[in-house]
Amino acid sequence: MTPSLDQIFVVAKQTILGHVPAAAQPLASAVLSVIPILVIFPLLFAITTVLERKGLGRIQNRYGPNRTGPAGFFQPVADGIKSLTKEDIVPLSADQAVHFLAPVLLAAASFLGYAVLPIGRNMVIMNMNAGVLFFFAVGSVVELAVFMAGWSSRSKYSLLGAMRAIAQMISYEVPLVLASVVVIMQAGSLSTVAIVEKQAGYTGIFPHWFVFTPWGIVGFVLFMIAATAESNRSPFDLPEGESEIIAGYYIEYSGFKFALFFLGEYLGMFATSGMAITLFLGGWSAPFSFLQWIPSYVWFFAKLLALIAGFIWIRGTLPRLRMDQLMALAWEFILPTAILNMLVAGVWRFMPAGIVRWLVCAVILAVPCALLAQGLKKKKKFQVRTYQFAE
Amino acid sequence: MTVAFLILAVLTVAGTAAAMGLRNAVHCVLALTVGFAGVAAIYLQLDAQFVGLTQIMVYVGAVAILAVFAIMMTQRPTAEKPATYSSFWLTGSVIAAGVFAVLARAILTSGATTAAPAEPQISVQQIGDSLMHQYVLPLEIMGLLLTAALIGAVVIAMDHREESK
Amino acid sequence: MSSLQGYLLLSALLFSIGLAGALTRRNAIIVLVGIELMLNSANLNFIAFWRFGPHPEHLTGIMFAIFSISVAAAEAAVGLGIILAAYRHSKTTDLDQMNSLKG
Repeated sequence: MTPSLDQIFVVAKQTILGHVPAAAQPLASAVLSVIPILVIFPLLFAITTVLERKGLGRIQNRYGPNRTGPAGFFQPVADGIKSLTKEDIVPLSADQAVHFLAPVLLAAASFLGYAVLPIGRNMVIMNMNAGVLFFFAVGSVVELAVFMAGWSSRSKYSLLGAMRAIAQMISYEVPLVLASVVVIMQAGSLSTVAIVEKQAGYTGIFPHWFVFTPWGIVGFVLFMIAATAESNRSPFDLPEGESEIIAGYYIEYSGFKFALFFLGEYLGMFATSGMAITLFLGGWSAPFSFLQWIPSYVWFFAKLLALIAGFIWIRGTLPRLRMDQLMALAWEFILPTAILNMLVAGVWRFMPAGIVRWLVCAVILAVPCALLAQGLKKKKKFQVRTYQFAE
Repeated sequence: MTVAFLILAVLTVAGTAAAMGLRNAVHCVLALTVGFAGVAAIYLQLDAQFVGLTQIMVYVGAVAILAVFAIMMTQRPTAEKPATYSSFWLTGSVIAAGVFAVLARAILTSGATTAAPAEPQISVQQIGDSLMHQYVLPLEIMGLLLTAALIGAVVIAMDHREESK
Repeated sequence: MSSLQGYLLLSALLFSIGLAGALTRRNAIIVLVGIELMLNSANLNFIAFWRFGPHPEHLTGIMFAIFSISVAAAEAAVGLGIILAAYRHSKTTDLDQMNSLKG
């Protein structure tokens, strides 16, 4: 029962392809692979918006949206209707072509990243030889779309927001890539399918996930911090903070284009979470060997939902970082730790297995981290505040 | 010559011609990005996956952004827009056309009619191996060069007025 | 005309477009962009010859292209830094006006 349930989508696709004439089969295969992604992930985006608002509401001791539909779960439908029917206002002095193309490019680049994520066993759209590199290359196109949005609006706030957003995204792109290099070093391949296959074994009941190693834990944490910054999520959402700069680089957008920006940001979040799952959390493999009867895609989406819950939790808990604090964190803490992580991964590979290599690697990572964290603290002493009240 | 190559070639030439011909500097760089993406797609078509994806990551994701930042920082919004082409544009165009004519004649009369060999199975591991064994000296020199360029660019573009206060 | 000649012609065309831009534009940054385009066309030449050449397993073309991309990125950074410094001094990026060393 379980192997067939696991491969049910693969078998379904092959039976449909059998009915298509041979000349059109590559095209039909591509279309059949892409349509589920285009359907599922925007649906997940809709569910995430309402879950996030309810989750944030509960963290802040209030109800989230609970009017539309049962317990508020038709809220995304209401939001969608609102976005689609709002008037599309374009500023008169805006650069019309670039203003139109920016959200399109953002959404397209965000969708492209899903092509190399293995969602289940044998369920990946493109098994590229350099899959991880493809993912990061596509992610760097998003920065250009952000700049296009900010510059074409011809408004000071949007330009300022765009420059901040690009500076932030460039700064966190390097730690993102370096945190994934350790996994590539251990797996010996850039192909996402090969990386997941490496983690799909079990010793006893415990899995071989890369997150259960010292360099894996640190790499996973660094990757998630950099992913939060790459998709401009709180606490790194200064470029789009509502109380700071109104809406940053998408101030001048309304209606459906604004919804496309929102969609692009959330899809980017899902894609980087999916990549974190593939690199560190074992992709579609089950956490314990006796749980392997649950289909592989269920595990992938369960892990994805857990990471999304983590994102929502962090958004509701931590305050926003200021721009200089954000940059200091990237260049003075995360980048050195990522480079140190690579050294530790090398040490791990060449030491014999056992408790000693755990201790050695943990010490090599923990001591510099503590010292770097000390270095981030400002040494300024503040004066005692005195208050003068009106008499 | 396959249809895919022709489409990509037309896209690349259109993008780069627009990049060199448009009046607005930011539009030029955005058209150049299309040109770079076209070249990256041609690399992917030639089975050089690593180089194609590196091209997207470095050129589209970094060099183009650098160029637009530089344009934004050197724009004077109130000044009148200077002319797009310099005063000796005719000489430059003639020289470029001459260069293309010479190169095209050399290519077309060279008789380089080799058929495409079988698809080379290049894994990234081979690239890494050759970087570490055969090409380790260029790799280290490249690291030195990039460090020097990084420090040099920061020093040149730094605002020196604060130090003389 | 074979496939290899097609790729080489495309590379020559990109080179001459980049050269035309570098020789005729006034804005210094667009001249730099033209130079980047010329470097790109040379890379395309390398990869085309690597693919159609006798020993693709030696990876020579790919290596050269990778190093060329790195050098081009470094050169773009330094060049733009120089343009920024020149702009700060002469308040313009118009190359026709930066002729104080002429004559």
